This record gives sequence, C-alpha cells and structure tokens, in this order.
Amino acid sequence: MGRIFKYVMLDIFKNKIVIFYTILLAMLSWSAFSLEDNESKGLLTLLNIILLTVPLVSILFTTIYIYNSSEFVELLVSLPIKRKVIWNSLFIGLGLSLSLSFILGAGIPLLIYAEFNNALLFIAAGILTTLIFVALAFLSSILSKDKAKGIGVSIILWLYFALLFDGLILFLLYQLSEYPIEKMMVVITSLSPIDLARILILLNLDVSAMLGYTGAIFKDFFGTTQGLIISFGLLLLWIVIPYLISLRKFKKKDL
Amino acid sequence: MKNIVLIIFISVFAFSATAKVVTVGSKAQFNSIDKAIEQASRYDTILVQPGLYKNQKIIIDKPLSLIGEKMPVLDGGNKYQIITVNSDSVLIKGFKLQNSSFAILEDPAAIKIINGNKIIIESNYLLNNFFGIYLQKCKNTLVKNNRIIAKGQKEQESGNGIHCWKSDSLQIIGNKVERNRDGIYFEFVTNSVIWRNISEYNLRYGLHFMFSNNDAYFTNIFRNNGAGVSVMFTKKVVMMNNTFSDNWGDAAYGLLLKEISDCHLEGNTMYNNTAAVFMDGSNRMEVKRNIFKNNGWGLKMQANCMDNYISSNNFLGNTFDISTNGSLTLNSFSENYWDKYEGYDLNKDKIGDVPYHPLSIFAVIVEGNPPAMLLYRSFMITLLDKSEKILPSITPDNFVDNKPLMNAIPL
Repeated sequence: MGRIFKYVMLDIFKNKIVIFYTILLAMLSWSAFSLEDNESKGLLTLLNIILLTVPLVSILFTTIYIYNSSEFVELLVSLPIKRKVIWNSLFIGLGLSLSLSFILGAGIPLLIYAEFNNALLFIAAGILTTLIFVALAFLSSILSKDKAKGIGVSIILWLYFALLFDGLILFLLYQLSEYPIEKMMVVITSLSPIDLARILILLNLDVSAMLGYTGAIFKDFFGTTQGLIISFGLLLLWIVIPYLISLRKFKKKDL
Repeated sequence: MKNIVLIIFISVFAFSATAKVVTVGSKAQFNSIDKAIEQASRYDTILVQPGLYKNQKIIIDKPLSLIGEKMPVLDGGNKYQIITVNSDSVLIKGFKLQNSSFAILEDPAAIKIINGNKIIIESNYLLNNFFGIYLQKCKNTLVKNNRIIAKGQKEQESGNGIHCWKSDSLQIIGNKVERNRDGIYFEFVTNSVIWRNISEYNLRYGLHFMFSNNDAYFTNIFRNNGAGVSVMFTKKVVMMNNTFSDNWGDAAYGLLLKEISDCHLEGNTMYNNTAAVFMDGSNRMEVKRNIFKNNGWGLKMQANCMDNYISSNNFLGNTFDISTNGSLTLNSFSENYWDKYEGYDLNKDKIGDVPYHPLSIFAVIVEGNPPAMLLYRSFMITLLDKSEKILPSITPDNFVDNKPLMNAIPL
C-alpha cells in the first residue's frame, strides 16, 4: 500500500493544477484579509470564496485524475495486489495532497489573521469539505466508464451542494413557515457539508446576533461539545459512506 | 431718594441676615446633617465637611443649599433613601452618595425630589444605589455633571439612573450613567432637554422615553446598552448629534421609535448596532444627515410608518441598509448616499442617474421568514440579490431613492 500511495502522491505533487490551486487559495485568502478592515469581515469573505472553490476543485480534479489514471489502475489490478489497497491508496493520496494544498494556501493566512479558535474551526471545515468532495468524486467516477458522464455527474453534485440545496432549504422555509421548524432546520442543514461548515463559522462571529431565534437554537446545539462532535461526525459520514459505496463498486467492477 | 437708599440697604441687610452658612462635620457647629437642617432657616447654606456619614436618611423640607466640601460620603447603609426633597429651591452639590435601600414598591433612590421647583443637583457621585436621581412632579430642575454607577445586576433588581416622571422644564446635562436598568428614564415629561450625557452598559435602555412631548436630546452618547434607546408614544421630539453605538444583541436596537410622530432625527451617528433605527408606527419624521455605519440593519422601517422623509444620510457597510415587512411604502427617500449603489453619473452633478432600490431581496425574505437568515452569505443568496438588483420582481418598486448620491456626504 505504501508504495502505491507514494507514487500517487509524487504524481499529484508534480501536477501543475494542484500547485496552481494552492497559489490561488493563498492569493484569495491574503487578499480577503488585507482588503477588509476587520477580521470578522475578512473571515466572511474568505468563507464565501472557500465554500465555493474548495468543493469545485476537489471534486473536478479528483474525477479527472481517476479517469486519467485508469490505465495505471488497470496495470495495478493485473498485479497481485488487493483492489481495496489500490483504491484506498488512491483516496488517501488525493485527499491528503488536496488537504495539504488547502492548509498551505488558506490555513497560513487564517492562522495569522483570524482568531485562533475560528482559524482552527475553519481549517477543520476546509479539510473535511475537501475530503467529502474527494469521496463524492470517487463515487461519481466509478458510476460510469464514460469520462464525460462522470465529470458531468461531479459538476451536478457540486451544483447541488453549492446552490440547489440552499434553494431547497429556502423553499422548505417558505412551505413550512407556519410550523416551528427551527429544530428540523438543524437536521436538514447537517445534510449539506457546505451549509454545515458555513453555519458553524457564522455562529462563531459577531453576525450570529442577527440570526435571531433560529440562530439561538443552532447555537444551543452547535455551541456545546456534544453538538460539535455530532456535526463533525455527520461530516465524517459524508466522507465514509460515498467512499465505501465506491469501494464496493470498484471491487466488483469489470475493468 | 433717601427712602429708596434706605429700602435697598434694609433689604440687602435683611437678606444677608437670613441666609447664613452652617457647617457640619466632626469638629464643626453640627455633627449631623439632620440636626443642621432642623436648625437652619429658609435659604441657608449647609456646608458639609469631608468624612463618612453613615446611615443617612436626610429629609429636606425647606429651601436650602446642601454643599459638600471635597466629596463627603453619605451612606444609606442599604437601609434608607439617602436624600428626600419636599421643597422648592434646593441645591445639592458635591456629595458621594452610596448604598441606598432596595424596595420594589417605594422605589428608594439616592436623591428623590417630590413636587420640587427650581432644584439643582450638581456634581455628585452616586454609587450602588437602587434608583439614582428620582424626579417626581418637578419643574425647572437642573441635573448636571453627576456620575451614576449602579451594580448592574438583574433587571428586576436595578433601578433607573435618572428617573423623571410627570415633570416639566427639566435640564439633564453632562451626566455619566452606567450599569442601571435604564440610564435616563422619561415618562410624562415635557419641554425638557437632555444634553451631553453618556449612558452606557445599562441593562435595558440607555434612554427610555415615553409619553414625553416637546423634548429634545442633543450630543449624547448611548453605547453598549442592553437594548439601546427607545422613544415611544411621543410627539415632537428632536434628536440631534447623538451617538448610538455597540448595542449588539438579539433584541438590541440603536434607536427604537415606536408610535411617535412629528419628530426630527438629524446628525446622529449610529454604528455597530444589530439594528441602528427601528421604526414602528412612526409618522411624519424627518431623518436627515445621519451616519449609519457597520450595523446589521441600517433602518428597519415597518410598513405602518407613514410620511417619513429620509434624506441626505450616509449608509456605509451595513449588512442590510433598509428592511421592511410589507409592500406598502408611504415614505420618501432622497439624496442619500448608499455604499452599495452601483450606478453612474453621466452629467457629473454628483447625483446618480439610475434610481437606487435600497431594499435587497434577502432583506425582504428574512423579514417575512426570519429563519432564512441561516442562508446568510450563501452563494445562492448572492446570486438572487444580484439578479433582483438588475430585474426587480419581488421587492416593492416604489421603495426607491431617485436621487442617490455618488459620494458620501462629509458629516
């Protein structure tokens, strides 16, 4: 496993797109903090950018990478190596390198400019989002042999989480506005990693006072250690479940 | 001629003869303030020497000047209302008053004045009292340069700093009020002025204003109060050059205006409030030359407000500049500066050529459906806001500033 993992890592680090992604994140973060006059605003701007770019780059890059390395995977499969090991090392290699670019690009300015707790929360959320979308990419690329189709599914997944899910929440809010839906909203937002990360950060900023009653309920839940553990557990499930499904499919797949 | 000189001489002599100076202190004429007041005649001056006077329950029932030398301390020992005034023409100056009693029904205060006329309360330091200065049915009274600090515990266990009830022609000037329930409280007070006070860290309102017509407050600072400042059920109040800041919390407003009419709001600065100005049932207001900066909501104007004129204000860095809860707009906006304005100015008259709609679609959504605030800063909301700016469909189209300014007004 170690050797395959090493090859994957080396291959990715030589890839110009990952280097470009790191530089892009760094530029965005530094400029967000130096353009805004206070930390809280800088953090919000960064939040906006990161919750959009990190999932997009993670899911697209991973999908394309898996399709491009299909010949390499086929070669490995012909050797006496378990399929599980191949798939695992691919996942760890991709997830680790993209997380590393996130830490290098966005983590350093965050640690310098933002309050330490907020920075840590942000970095944790960023890494989890990266891993979640890598896992989703594994799933979408195993679903079809056609590269165009796989990339299409990836883009649709990204669109769904970045845009459509919020639309769905808004729709629900309007439909059920007569009912006390605040507690239900806690459950529903945990179904989208992007929303969960955004709300976790919002609650820790001054802006939380503007969230009113709903914000108070969210704070009651996420403000406690138990709530934080549950929500991070949910985010972990978002990584584990798509990945395990893709692993099962990969094991049975006729390459 | 001789007679006139004689009359003047006699009257001056008579005046100086009646108004004598009495001193109180451990080695002075009297050792207790009570006795000095009892012995003093009308219009005398009582000078109190420095020291700690314990368990004070002073009642002033004749015109007197009570003056402290180097801040003598009058302590109510948590048992008594320290000074009660039942007379006209009284001056109280230069004391440190501390530890009045606490009672829900009687509302004991450090200084309570009942039915007073021509009273001056000046340069006192009030510490840990229930109510600070309590004016009941007073006229022509001046409260000046006092510093009032209460314990700032629970709302039910605290009194107001300067409490004015059913009074007329008051002047509240240069006081600093901290950690009370309401910093300054006005109920049924008319023709009065509040000037250059600082009211901060109060549990409820910095200034609480009800049923008080024809008053004015200028150049005060209200900051870090539990719920900001509220002006309610009142006519003809002038509010100018005040600063409302850092009233941040779920139910905090910089300035809450409820059921008021014919008021004037000019030259105020409002920053870092959850909602800078909240207008509910307010009519015929003139809102001019104010700065709204870095607030959650700049101006929350309910649809039951009518004939308000909002002009020449600066709106800078607020999350929402304006929000309202209905589609009816009976107010007018003109020549304000909005930092979110993206129009152009071809003829260089410093007025934007494209009308500005200050109401964002997200503000409308949140007003109708507060939990939607959860979607704040989400990508979809940004998209919605942008598309609504270009093609307004949901936001009321008469909510518009036809003459938005290109540059901020130097205020």
